[in-house]
Amino acid sequence: MSAPSDAAVAAGAGAPPPVHHPGGRQAGPYPGHPAAAARFTADVARAHWHDESLWFVRVKRDRAAAQLPAWERLRELAEQIKAHALANLAGYLEEFERNATARGATVHWARDAADHNRIVHELLSARGVTRVVKSKSMLTEECGLNPYLEARGVEVVDTDLGERIVQFRGEPPSHIVLPAIHIKKEEIGALFHEKLGTAAGASDPKYLTEAARGHLREKFLAAQAGITGVNFAVADTGAVVVCTNEGNADMGTALPPLHIACMGLEKLVPRAEDLGVFLRLLARSATGQPVTTYSTHFLGPKPGGELHLVLVDNGRSALLARDPFRRALSCIRCGACMNTCPVFRRSGGYSYGTTVPGPIGSVLGPAQGPGAHATLPFASTLCGSCADVCPVRIDLHHQLLAWRRELVAGGHAPAGKTLALRVTAWIFASPWRFAAAGRLARAALRLLPRGLVARLSGAWGRQRELPAPPAESFRDLYRRTHGRP
Amino acid sequence: MAARQAHNRGVMPTVALFVPCYVDQLYPQVAVATLRLLERHGCRVVFPPEQTCCGQPMANAGQAADAAPLARAFLDTFAGYDHVVAPSGSCVAMVRHQYPGLAPDHPALQQVRASTYELCEYLHDVLGVRRVEGRFAAKVGLHRSCHGQRELRLASGSERQVPPFDKVKTLLSTLEGITLVEPSRTDECCGFGGTFAATEEAVSCLMGKDRLDDHARAGAEVITGVDMSCLMHLDGLARRERRPVRILHVAEVLLGEAA
Repeated sequence: MSAPSDAAVAAGAGAPPPVHHPGGRQAGPYPGHPAAAARFTADVARAHWHDESLWFVRVKRDRAAAQLPAWERLRELAEQIKAHALANLAGYLEEFERNATARGATVHWARDAADHNRIVHELLSARGVTRVVKSKSMLTEECGLNPYLEARGVEVVDTDLGERIVQFRGEPPSHIVLPAIHIKKEEIGALFHEKLGTAAGASDPKYLTEAARGHLREKFLAAQAGITGVNFAVADTGAVVVCTNEGNADMGTALPPLHIACMGLEKLVPRAEDLGVFLRLLARSATGQPVTTYSTHFLGPKPGGELHLVLVDNGRSALLARDPFRRALSCIRCGACMNTCPVFRRSGGYSYGTTVPGPIGSVLGPAQGPGAHATLPFASTLCGSCADVCPVRIDLHHQLLAWRRELVAGGHAPAGKTLALRVTAWIFASPWRFAAAGRLARAALRLLPRGLVARLSGAWGRQRELPAPPAESFRDLYRRTHGRP
Repeated sequence: MAARQAHNRGVMPTVALFVPCYVDQLYPQVAVATLRLLERHGCRVVFPPEQTCCGQPMANAGQAADAAPLARAFLDTFAGYDHVVAPSGSCVAMVRHQYPGLAPDHPALQQVRASTYELCEYLHDVLGVRRVEGRFAAKVGLHRSCHGQRELRLASGSERQVPPFDKVKTLLSTLEGITLVEPSRTDECCGFGGTFAATEEAVSCLMGKDRLDDHARAGAEVITGVDMSCLMHLDGLARRERRPVRILHVAEVLLGEAA
């Protein structure tokens, strides 16, 4: 399935040849979710370990949510605030720009990823910056900022511990809140031994974290600029709010004179007091903590420094125009839908082939390009657990269903499956045809050798028995016992 | 409510039995158990023979144009009955939530939507049953099928912070001799998911085996649930691996062994 010869292309020119890590991102073209998921689940022990790790976070989330009697009310409020903000986005963006500018920040508008990367690079190169520290930002992942800057001679160090780990491995995050959740501590020990010179065989998390801390401290001290993401942009104050547990956004922006904060247009909330809703929901939903360790409000540049805010569209205003998918723009990137998704937990973040994986990624992915992401809306049982944990009540599984309709209408669904279901619908359209086809199928199931039936039943029969077919259907039995009505 | 008014007037409600297509063909005993259970609780039950399939396989695959004629035929078939009852949460959720998009102009749309119920929901909410006569002496694990759980709200669910309730468990718990055992993950999906079972076979089967393991650790001798589709998947996995567990639809369990 994998094509190692394409690996160098996939990794970008000049990059070292990728090393394959267990459970890591596969080289070669993305094969679609079913094949990528099958590869991940082939190591059942590892898939179970991944599942248990994320279920542990889901349970922590449940406990944290249960401690707030107003939890469901908060979710409703958050949904309504986001719906309002998105419905009035143009006005709030202008209000935000006015207030942020009044506080001394410079606001930049980027139509797409290329615009975003160019703006950031121009800000850096105009100031001779070659060493940058960056805290977690899924937007810069979406835009491919790191390889863009690296190709232009800028060192970008991801300072979130999990992100630094995946950066060392040449991988993107596999989860938006827990970027290295797919990697075991022993594997991190081996990685740090190679990259940071930690003792061979050491895998004690505290020891490894101390080593990373020492390493990152040097990077913080040497950095000429700090790049951060944004969790919330507040229209009525012009503040951007950045939430981290490691304080790395604060470390990265405290010393260098230049702070560049990158955000998607959808991060706007109208009022500072709305944070009383969102900050309570965010950390509880993400990791089960009552609040993130650091929730920093950046109100203008620090004395003698510069604050630049890059507001990125990159398909967001197009999504805003699309019902029902505009609701996906309410997402606050807590990752709860990934932690609860029984598919994600067993198939891993890389099986989605997108920057944002999981249920929300399966809604956002096809909007970026339906053909390339056509398997994602089908990578779900529509169990609906995602919608019930979502702190902003996005109807994720209904959105996945809506995408399925769009993909079928656009010719992006497998033709064989579509035809088979069309024929089945034709059979169902007549009670006579249905009864006759049922009789035929049950007779075949009874008469054919079991091995042949297993082969004919294809994907069903590889690990599952078919039901033992009864001699008589219910409708036949009912007619026999009750007569024709 | 219509059923209660009918009872008060001394008239038994007429229930049209909605038998999911695959239950009709593969699990007739489940439809029989449903019919007997409804009759035992005072309903006059009829089986409209024109029914085939609600169209859910096509609708959930995104093939709305193929599902719409089946939705309209369903509404033709079931229009006008006091109640429509099915031994399936998933098919009822299809009628209730997807038909407005598939057959928006059908004259019977709202009447049929409002009178269609999953079996346990019907017993619990409409007939007001709080005690089921019967004996079922076994350790039983309840598989909470997702569409019943989250589309019909048969139970409060592990995600939402609302006062706890569980209609199916409430009914099962009154059977004589039954011991209900809880898996550690009370309402995780089994991985069936319709065509997902085939297109995402690897994840589907791993999810199903994990459910079986969880119920086994809880000590379940029988696994039951409101949707035979999920149970068909679990049963198929269990029989392939010769696991010592019986899989029964909730109608069969509620009918009891001392029926």
